[in-house]
Amino acid sequence: MFDPDFIFMIGLKVFFAFLMIGAVMTMAGYSVLAERKVSAWMQGRVGPNRTVLPLVGYIPFFGRFLKGLGIFQPLADGLKFLFKEEIIPGHVNKFYYNLAPIVALVPALTTMTVLPFGEFFNSDGESVPLMLANLEVGILFILAVSSLGVYGIVLAGWSSNSKYPFLGGIRSSAQMISYELAMGLSLLPIFLWVSQPGSGLLGLSLVDIVQSQSNSAWLFLVQPLSALIFLIALFAETNRLPFDMPESETDLVGGFHTEYGGFKFGIFFVAEYAHIVVGSAIFTLIFLGGWHFLPWIADPWPANWIGTIIGIAWFLAKTLFLIFFFIWIRWTLPRFRYDQVMNLGWTKLLPLALLNLLFYVLLVTWLDQSSL
Amino acid sequence: MAKTVVLERKPLSLSERTYLPQIATGLKTTFSNMFKEKVTLQYPEEKPAIPKNYRGIPTLVKDPNGREKCVSCQLCEFVCPPKAIRITPGSVPEGETDRAHVEKAPQEFEINMLRCIYCGYCQEVCPEEAIFLQDEYSSSGYSREEMINNKEKLYELGGTLPDAHYKWDKKKNEEDLGNDH
Amino acid sequence: MNTVDLLFYFFSTLALGGGILMVLSRHPVSAALFMIVSLVSVAALFVLLEAFFLAILQVLVYAGAVMVLFLFIIMLLDVGPEGGKVSRIKMISGLAGCLSFGILSVLLIQFVQIDVSHSANWPTLQTDKAVSGNFLLFSNSVKNFGFGLFTKYMLPLQVAGFLLLAAMIGVIVLSKKSLSVDKEN
Repeated sequence: MFDPDFIFMIGLKVFFAFLMIGAVMTMAGYSVLAERKVSAWMQGRVGPNRTVLPLVGYIPFFGRFLKGLGIFQPLADGLKFLFKEEIIPGHVNKFYYNLAPIVALVPALTTMTVLPFGEFFNSDGESVPLMLANLEVGILFILAVSSLGVYGIVLAGWSSNSKYPFLGGIRSSAQMISYELAMGLSLLPIFLWVSQPGSGLLGLSLVDIVQSQSNSAWLFLVQPLSALIFLIALFAETNRLPFDMPESETDLVGGFHTEYGGFKFGIFFVAEYAHIVVGSAIFTLIFLGGWHFLPWIADPWPANWIGTIIGIAWFLAKTLFLIFFFIWIRWTLPRFRYDQVMNLGWTKLLPLALLNLLFYVLLVTWLDQSSL
Repeated sequence: MAKTVVLERKPLSLSERTYLPQIATGLKTTFSNMFKEKVTLQYPEEKPAIPKNYRGIPTLVKDPNGREKCVSCQLCEFVCPPKAIRITPGSVPEGETDRAHVEKAPQEFEINMLRCIYCGYCQEVCPEEAIFLQDEYSSSGYSREEMINNKEKLYELGGTLPDAHYKWDKKKNEEDLGNDH
Repeated sequence: MNTVDLLFYFFSTLALGGGILMVLSRHPVSAALFMIVSLVSVAALFVLLEAFFLAILQVLVYAGAVMVLFLFIIMLLDVGPEGGKVSRIKMISGLAGCLSFGILSVLLIQFVQIDVSHSANWPTLQTDKAVSGNFLLFSNSVKNFGFGLFTKYMLPLQVAGFLLLAAMIGVIVLSKKSLSVDKEN
């Protein structure tokens, strides 16, 4: 039943999974810092610059630089969340109150199992994607699992048994349902485009989408409208400004997590940023060519382990830029009113996505017919 | 009579209705702001410049000769709206001859900083120019007792201020000349 | 018994348990959540059969969209836990439930008893393979799902779509009507 090979394989997978979780959680923690720093710079402030580990501050120039950048702030924040008193208000539904943060975090971390982040060349020179599980229908898996993320917010809002969290939860579920449609529809033209006859690529596989962009145009250039709709829907799905209806701290106190404190609040916080990290990675993979160099230019790096590392770094650089873009938008735009959000989703984005789909269906059919 | 003109708002063009050019402009603004000079003051290390007429903590001052200026007239105690000042009058110590015509000096002078409202009436009313609200603004303590400034503390905070009149020196001079009244 | 079997029993217990608890739980929100558990476990069972596409659709459509709507409605209407009083309608529906369960189990037993000797009558993948021809073998890949839907199952697909459209229009008409009545009042 349990042969050593099997156990070794499971162990290896578990090890890689922990590695990946570590990477994404670290990125989530540092995007919190990035949010604070970038918002500070945009507002003429300096942001967190006091936290420092013992001894590091004595390093002549570098130590002061790190301190000024606030590199150690996420550590302090995490510790603070860990050591805070866990307060459970008396009026909440205890079981669901405790369940909600877990339900919020799990989907955010599960989506990354199918995220490819680079390629590796085996001894035959073939490209093998670096990912935890190469699922044929990876992008659908991501859509499915991220659609479960709304339960965390809804449960938190409902179990808090208090009006502002409840409003936040209701808004969030309505918003998620509305923008999921536009998001899915904006991806359909991509699937059509990638799985063109003769290419042997499958449009639903993230790896194949990335490979279709190597040495040719990025899909963001081929289908700018799809990219725009997907980006807007991504902002809505990750609850970022200008769509941060569930939180909207100015009109709902803190939204769905008003009644949460301590580590449970921390989990919500990290889940939100994990969503942003994963969302940026997905946008990079689908529209910005993943780990490939530039549109129409072949990867200049060699096809060996050096190329693998440069590819991963290039992919991370694009993802980090997108995270920066998320933050940049947040500190630029004001929040939509709730009815405007619904209006935009149903009467603008959805018809636009449908028209976009129709256009590309006709285009792809015409290209198919003319090539025959 | 002012004439009211109702301005018709121009209908938005297509590019304006998509919001996208406006969003791009906004992004440009915030991005250029990132590289501007920061206005933050690193507080405990850098302190802001205090203006001259600033009303900070009330303090007692000495004249440039190191003499206590307060004559314990208790006007400040009477005028103080929240009753933060309490003075126990006493006599000028024996042997201090250069304070002619001064009969009293405060034996104890207490300002309760938990009550003080920084109104500056004490400074205004003082006939001897002995009490000043200076530029010190941060005062803290671990207990209520610590927040009551006694005479020593008040002189320590106040220090010495330049004096324009040297009233006592003039009086002593007059007395020496026999113009005592 | 290998790992897959173990996982199968685990997830089928979860699916059945979720279903039973959904029926038994008094609070609508708990009922909805147990239903989500049940649906996700069924998706896990699909994964064990290597039907990833079906599993993902199960999660995407049922757990991700339909149940969110259910939960949304339950919360908006603020339905509280039901009281313990057994009403007449409940008695009837309980009776109907027992009856249909009985009929189903009798059918199942009959089916198993008849077919256990000649297993050729069991519905297998063989039949599908024969129908779709040698050109496209039946498999669990996405391409074949699409191919099947738009060739062999075109009519059922269209009928189902038409039914859903009719239901949607019906809902819109019904809700519009009540609005206009309100206005007249």
